[in-house]
Amino acid sequence: MTELERHEYDIVVVGAGGAGLRAAIEAREQGKRTAVISKSLFGKAHTVMAEGGIAAAMGNVNSNDSWQVHFRDTMRGGKFLNNWRMAELHAKEAPDRVWELETYGALFDRTKDGRISQRNFGGHEYPRLAHVGDRTGLELIRTLQQKVVSLQREDLAELGDHEARLRVFAECTITELLLGGDRRIAGAFGYWRESGRFVVFSAPAVILATGGIGKSFKVTSNSWEYTGDGHALALRAGATLINMEFIQFHPTGMVWPPSVKGILVTESVRGDGGVLKNSEGRRFMFDYVPDVFRDKYAETEAEADRWYDDPDHNKRPPDLLPRDEVARAINTEVKAGRGTEHGGVYLDIASRRPASWILRRLPSMHHQFKELAGVDITAEPMEIGPTCHYVMGGVEVEPDTARARVPGLFAAGEVAGGMHGSNRLGGNSLSDLLVFGKRAGAGAAAYVDGLASRAAPVEPDVDRAATVALAPFGAEGGENPYTLHQELQQAMNDLVGIIRRAGEIEQALKRLEDLKQRARRVTVEGHRQYNPGWHLALDLRNMLAVSECVARAALERTESRGGHTREDYPGMSSEWRQHLLACSLTEDGVSLARQEQPPMRADLLGLFDRPELSKYLTEAELAGHAGRPERNG
Amino acid sequence: MGHQASFRVWRGDATGGDLRDYTVEVNDGEVVLDVIHRLQATQAGDLAVRWNCKAGKCGSCSAEINGRPRLMCMTRMSTFAPEETVTVTPLRTFPVLRDLVTDVSYNYVKAREIPAFAPPKDLAPGDYRMRQVDVERSQELRKCIECFLCQNTCHVIRDHEENKAQFAGPRYLMRVAELDMHPLDTADRQRAAQEEHGLGLCNITKCCTEVCPEHIKITDNALIPLKERVVDRRYDPLVWLGSKIRRRR
Repeated sequence: MTELERHEYDIVVVGAGGAGLRAAIEAREQGKRTAVISKSLFGKAHTVMAEGGIAAAMGNVNSNDSWQVHFRDTMRGGKFLNNWRMAELHAKEAPDRVWELETYGALFDRTKDGRISQRNFGGHEYPRLAHVGDRTGLELIRTLQQKVVSLQREDLAELGDHEARLRVFAECTITELLLGGDRRIAGAFGYWRESGRFVVFSAPAVILATGGIGKSFKVTSNSWEYTGDGHALALRAGATLINMEFIQFHPTGMVWPPSVKGILVTESVRGDGGVLKNSEGRRFMFDYVPDVFRDKYAETEAEADRWYDDPDHNKRPPDLLPRDEVARAINTEVKAGRGTEHGGVYLDIASRRPASWILRRLPSMHHQFKELAGVDITAEPMEIGPTCHYVMGGVEVEPDTARARVPGLFAAGEVAGGMHGSNRLGGNSLSDLLVFGKRAGAGAAAYVDGLASRAAPVEPDVDRAATVALAPFGAEGGENPYTLHQELQQAMNDLVGIIRRAGEIEQALKRLEDLKQRARRVTVEGHRQYNPGWHLALDLRNMLAVSECVARAALERTESRGGHTREDYPGMSSEWRQHLLACSLTEDGVSLARQEQPPMRADLLGLFDRPELSKYLTEAELAGHAGRPERNG
Repeated sequence: MGHQASFRVWRGDATGGDLRDYTVEVNDGEVVLDVIHRLQATQAGDLAVRWNCKAGKCGSCSAEINGRPRLMCMTRMSTFAPEETVTVTPLRTFPVLRDLVTDVSYNYVKAREIPAFAPPKDLAPGDYRMRQVDVERSQELRKCIECFLCQNTCHVIRDHEENKAQFAGPRYLMRVAELDMHPLDTADRQRAAQEEHGLGLCNITKCCTEVCPEHIKITDNALIPLKERVVDRRYDPLVWLGSKIRRRR
């Protein structure tokens, strides 16, 4: 083996989006020498794509809000499959995490009395999303990036080196986690995208913060980095993934022109007054309010319209149902022949708000439609349809510390599973990143402090990782990585998409098996220096592993819930709610195990009315539980 | 609906390279980045290009298209005549790594030279109060997606490598201005803007504003106001002192 570049750290954070940077800041503030590994340039992570805001019950706009209400909304949104402890920590700590961003320099939009303004969003009972126009994700990533820089300036002043305690490795991809002989985390193996040279990190703790898996689907709002790297790294290191069958299809992605199909249209358009209409001009969402939400949504257009100005005395518009409900409704309308010319439905804000107001509240949406589709959203409706947006499933973690099942491995943000149950509410992603990013940083720091000794990477594993990474240059068979990727995306989109059937999922599994075989013969041209074909070839392995998890879990779960809709099992089952599907990797591929959902703590259960609980829980679970006494709110 | 387009793409690395001609399919509604991706998938698997979001939000896919600094994902093919040859070259101000990818580390070095936001020491998290009208000026500047097109086009450094050491470039002068206008920032930014970040080298030709894909008025709303405050203060220290006292109140 040639000479390898080697680094030693206390904590290695894989991923430099919101969760990764927040974790790294915490690890560094706890005195740990920390490396952040980023596939892209520093500051380009997928977090920049988040538009609407950060959900946190600060109560700045409606003082009735509290962590308890946020917790309730989150559990309802996830159809009670959420890990309740994560949902509790998230609701309690989100306000502090947002206020902390102001101390780093973030500039949120303000209320009249100078506090952070909060906007309405789907599934949130009160205006709750701290935001900056419709570019909140950019503000978040830039703020965290600038905080990292400020810590580096402190280190320069104190230690004479910017990177003494916190270094960002930009355009560097991790392909394998390294374990010690005792199966504890010992580091990570990767390559520099620029040079193609390999690099080995030795570290007793690794925090995965790699985001999602959307690039396995054809129509997606996700950027190229979302290839499920962290999910796959965790699997190969021996960790478990839970809830992988739950994929969020955001109801409003662009549908035309074809090259922009899938790009996100923020939910704020609806939060700020935009409504969905079919080709007949009908506001169809009133026809799709499910029983579990019947008493919380308006039944008439008049009441829905009054809600924007007087939310205390009117019920909210059904356009603001949780995302899974809206996405399915759009799907049904289009299938019934009431779709637009390009296979979507209309999202209309032009007829409902003045142009100047739209320009102020939704500047990047205006920009996006004008530049990419030639549509002026202040004058005409948008054409939109569902797009793969978020994976609720991910690495199974211990809620308080973000610790995975492999000692020394941690996960935070989209790559972690459990927090959002079967469906995530808009705005809960950015808050999740901050709350659990910080917790992962603290969890890893505490773990490192408690170690008597550090494991060293097993050298043959390093050699093997290098051999695997170089295979596409030597392979014979000539499979094109771009072709394989397109076929994978088509298969997942068509067969394990928004509406699922057993036969189609089985077909998907067969295609995945075939693609796996062909991926072994993938061949790339050129050399190792900044070679996107090679990078994709290596990412493919991760996408295939993660796609198999999605398909297997989707086939196994014979009910419909949140981001998993089975046409052949349309009902939600209280029995199934008690079970999570955990994926792990064996020599034969992905294996599934059913595991018990931990029962919710009594005081949290007490936040819900019994009639509501009876929609989700089994009789046995309800026995001996009175639920919350009848009251308003 | 599709047509065959002529593309010329710069291929090469730090040691040299040249423009290569390609004929490639273009479909309705596509942007330059779609066509570059089709080249990768069908004719040039190792064509190096940076991109992330393909929605104009991350600022990764900056290049020069027919000589103009642009984001490839926001340049629609319909802006060219079908028979027109589209030439794509890497950003000129930064060293080429490979094909369309350049070494933009200069920008990250400059970012580190600017002191962080400095809030009043006694202000607790959650107690920040600012008026919308007061944050809007900095908010406009924080729309920056760091595509570095302004840095690339600025003539102070575009063909003057020797100026790079003493000039932060429009993006980072704008960062100084943004902090200077932050209602709660307590640091003195103005002396450093002139003496350390090279504000004086800017002669407000507005090239940066013209190429900004976020349409930030970099010159009018960041650089000129910063210059004005620096000038005021240089001629009259009391003006500066007064502004700081008012700010702290």
